[in-house]
Amino acid sequence: MMHRVEMLVNGTPHAASVEARVSLADFLRHALGLRGTHLGCEHGVCGACTVLVDGVSVRGCLMLAVQADGAIVETVEGLAGPDGRLSPLQEAFSAEHALQCGYCTPGMLMTLEELFRETPTPDEAEVREAISGNLCRCTGYQSIIRAAMRVADDNRRRAGGSDGAA
Amino acid sequence: MAPRDPQARAVGRSVPRLEDPPLLTGTARFLDDIELPGVLHCAFLRSPLAHARIEGMDLSEARALPGVHAVFTLEDLMPVLRSGRMPLGASPVGGETRSTPFVLSGREVAYVGEPMALVVAVSRHVAEDAAALVRADLTPLPVVADARRALAPDAPPCRTELENNLLNRFEVGYGDIDAAFAGAAHVLSDDLWQHRGCGHSMEGRGVLAEHRPGGGLCVWTSTQMPNDVFHMLAGMLRIAPDDLRVVTPDVGGGFGPKYCFYPEEAAIPAAALLLRRSLKWVEDRRETFLSSIQERDQFWSMEIAVEADGTVRGLRGRMIHDQGAYAPKPVNLPYNSVTSVTGPYVVPAYHMQVEVVHTNKVPVSSVRGAGYPQAAFTMERMLDLVAVRLGIDRAEVRRRNLIPADRMPYEKKLKARSGATLVYDSGDYPAAQAEVLAAAGWDSFPARQAAALAEGRYIGIGLANAVKGTGRGPFEAGSVRVNQDGSVSVFTGATAMGQGIATALAQICADALGVAPEAVRVTGGDTARSPLGLGGFASRQMVTAGSSVHLAAQAVARKARATASVLLSVPEAELELDGGFVRVRNSNRSIGLDELARVLRGAPGYAFPEGLEPGLAAGIEWRTDALTYANACHVAEVEVVPELGEVTVTRYVALNDSGRIIHPQIVDGQVVGGIVHGLGNALFEYMGYDDAAQPLTTTFQEYLLVTATEVPPLEVIHRETPSPGNPIGAKGVGETGTIPAAAAILSAVENALTPFGIRISQTPLPPETLFGLIEAASRRAPARPAPTEDTPQP
Repeated sequence: MMHRVEMLVNGTPHAASVEARVSLADFLRHALGLRGTHLGCEHGVCGACTVLVDGVSVRGCLMLAVQADGAIVETVEGLAGPDGRLSPLQEAFSAEHALQCGYCTPGMLMTLEELFRETPTPDEAEVREAISGNLCRCTGYQSIIRAAMRVADDNRRRAGGSDGAA
Repeated sequence: MAPRDPQARAVGRSVPRLEDPPLLTGTARFLDDIELPGVLHCAFLRSPLAHARIEGMDLSEARALPGVHAVFTLEDLMPVLRSGRMPLGASPVGGETRSTPFVLSGREVAYVGEPMALVVAVSRHVAEDAAALVRADLTPLPVVADARRALAPDAPPCRTELENNLLNRFEVGYGDIDAAFAGAAHVLSDDLWQHRGCGHSMEGRGVLAEHRPGGGLCVWTSTQMPNDVFHMLAGMLRIAPDDLRVVTPDVGGGFGPKYCFYPEEAAIPAAALLLRRSLKWVEDRRETFLSSIQERDQFWSMEIAVEADGTVRGLRGRMIHDQGAYAPKPVNLPYNSVTSVTGPYVVPAYHMQVEVVHTNKVPVSSVRGAGYPQAAFTMERMLDLVAVRLGIDRAEVRRRNLIPADRMPYEKKLKARSGATLVYDSGDYPAAQAEVLAAAGWDSFPARQAAALAEGRYIGIGLANAVKGTGRGPFEAGSVRVNQDGSVSVFTGATAMGQGIATALAQICADALGVAPEAVRVTGGDTARSPLGLGGFASRQMVTAGSSVHLAAQAVARKARATASVLLSVPEAELELDGGFVRVRNSNRSIGLDELARVLRGAPGYAFPEGLEPGLAAGIEWRTDALTYANACHVAEVEVVPELGEVTVTRYVALNDSGRIIHPQIVDGQVVGGIVHGLGNALFEYMGYDDAAQPLTTTFQEYLLVTATEVPPLEVIHRETPSPGNPIGAKGVGETGTIPAAAAILSAVENALTPFGIRISQTPLPPETLFGLIEAASRRAPARPAPTEDTPQP
């Protein structure tokens, strides 16, 4: 049996019919053609498929597409500007060599995107905690943490350095 | 114009990686991202038992399910196969053996996860539904689950076609080992168990067989060795070689398991030929655990003979290597292990006896490090044993035994698999160790440790050295072409899997041609572009493909100068390449590479410049049989909570010397990523099986990979000893971070627990095992010091 779902993905409305058992990640990838969301384990541990649903990070492999009916969904394809300009976090990932094979990268970016919306100037422990549910086999995480801290430092500077934290 | 540095403009700098933009924006193309019209989806029926006879498979219900196009057994695939058995991969001889796997198993299964049937359907969901409807009539057969018991006279063979489980027995060694032991001041022994688990790239394997109009087949596969896949498929399938092409799309990590030609890579193309349809199969993580190659178990029984001052006289032992149910490749892995044990040390006499045995488990081949981490762990643990028993500082024992710099090049009296003698080409191991010890504060650690102990805290420090033969030959293909628009194309047999090889090759090419790296596009892993190639393994591609591209780009540069000399009527000596032009020195005259490419492409019937060959392009297969040796020395600090068996790595300082550095960030990233893989091997990663060889760890909840919260601050010191053995001076770096890491970390854990007097002889070391060791030691001697009176309570 097919179910009608509607969702706003990266600002664009989509409507489709989908089987109840299709995961949100599979739906984004194969029904909508948004293949930037990657599947690494399909049991909710690796975090590669992390997307934002109504502003909150979810595992695209554990949520069904029908559960996201009516939701606002954000994926890695929506991070860069309409002109293709990379977001500060994407820029920082490239500058700090925070990706090697790049397979986990979309999930890392979306997880950190959520963190920075809630906490624009996280400390290193908060960054580590935030990405502790995202597996990366290539980088050893150090460069990812460096990239996130670069963004945090930039945010801190932009905020006027008024918090005075060392 | 200021004279440009003829050496390096891009090489040696961390230029932006060419790979990054698509990967950051979700527009890269991994295997499952490729969409083809009319593609059908596949699932495999896999054995639920570790050893069973297949009495029959009833496929009728599965075939009747709506949406199912076909269900294939091996027999069904045979019309398009020359053999139902896989050829020996990565081998000079090839051919099937009595230990190569089957494309699908029709009569007997020998491990949980072995593919028995292939379902083709409109979606993966339906294909899995149908696989569940296959009624397989299996009769369980006796199982051999432990490599140590596999050789017992009454051990059942892992497959009934074998008489016993011994795949191979061999010895390596040199020197008078008996005399070395007879004259020793001390002989110490230990039994080590080493388990390395799985590769677990975040992207699993996957195959997409594209059926093309006219009957051609393009096989897309997430592999580290597309050319080998091509050659083996061409030998297996009933298809003309010209109708076959193998392409590797973006690969989401390799780490060894993708350096193998798998049954699925034969079955999917065969089914596509039969159905005349494009077919896709994407491994899910459970299938990775059940069917991608692993390294798993080695059991080492070792003896070391030393002088009174800790100088090594000899090392000998026996090693049992768990090969799993099949051998898809020659047994290079245990050979790597035993020929690299002596590592950076002078060991006058050495002897190892090796038994490679079958078990009813997933086949074994290389995972990042490929036998070297076990070798380093063995050697370093034995040296720690010497140090602890003789009361000599662990670093000092190593210093007394390291190969001195003035003995380079140093011959190891062992043979590489090419037959060439192992010769360490360059490096200063004692200086490397001294540098990292100074950076890590080795000498001041005992005072810090004593202070911590006084507070009831158990901190420890450990070190380990490693040497890795890199740049394995015999060659890698690299060709360079200047296009009509002045852009540059590099084609290579080197295979990208995240290392940034495209960027590094572009840097090398860019410098030779006087263009920017962004002007260079690198295509690897396409057998239509590079019919020759070996692919990604053994930390080899920077050395081999880098050298080929360097030489090819230089040849193109010479050709550009020669052509410009004719066209401009200027002697070649007055010409230089810069900014996409050939310029006349001390003049404003120049000609673009684009124009030279257009001239050299020829025009129909018109004159061609005198004395020149068509095409602004060159291809080189730089040859080598020698390895070039990278080295590393790591120091780890840990804190252990004895009551919990909990280990926290608190600091890590690593020195790495991988020769000339092309891209500093990439080299650093390889080292750091490698160390964290080694951290996983030291403390977490365990592919468990029960006595019936049923896998116990088939999710990332049970099989633990390191996460960001376990990684300590890592400091990497880079030394740069150029390799004399190749034209770019590079050595490999992909595995050097992993090799000594477990040895350094567990040395630190043992050191932290000195008051308990425990000995660590295994990887991984999970908390429950460490807790057990501490408990057992505590029962022997209540050595735990009481906290001092004035310890501040938290």
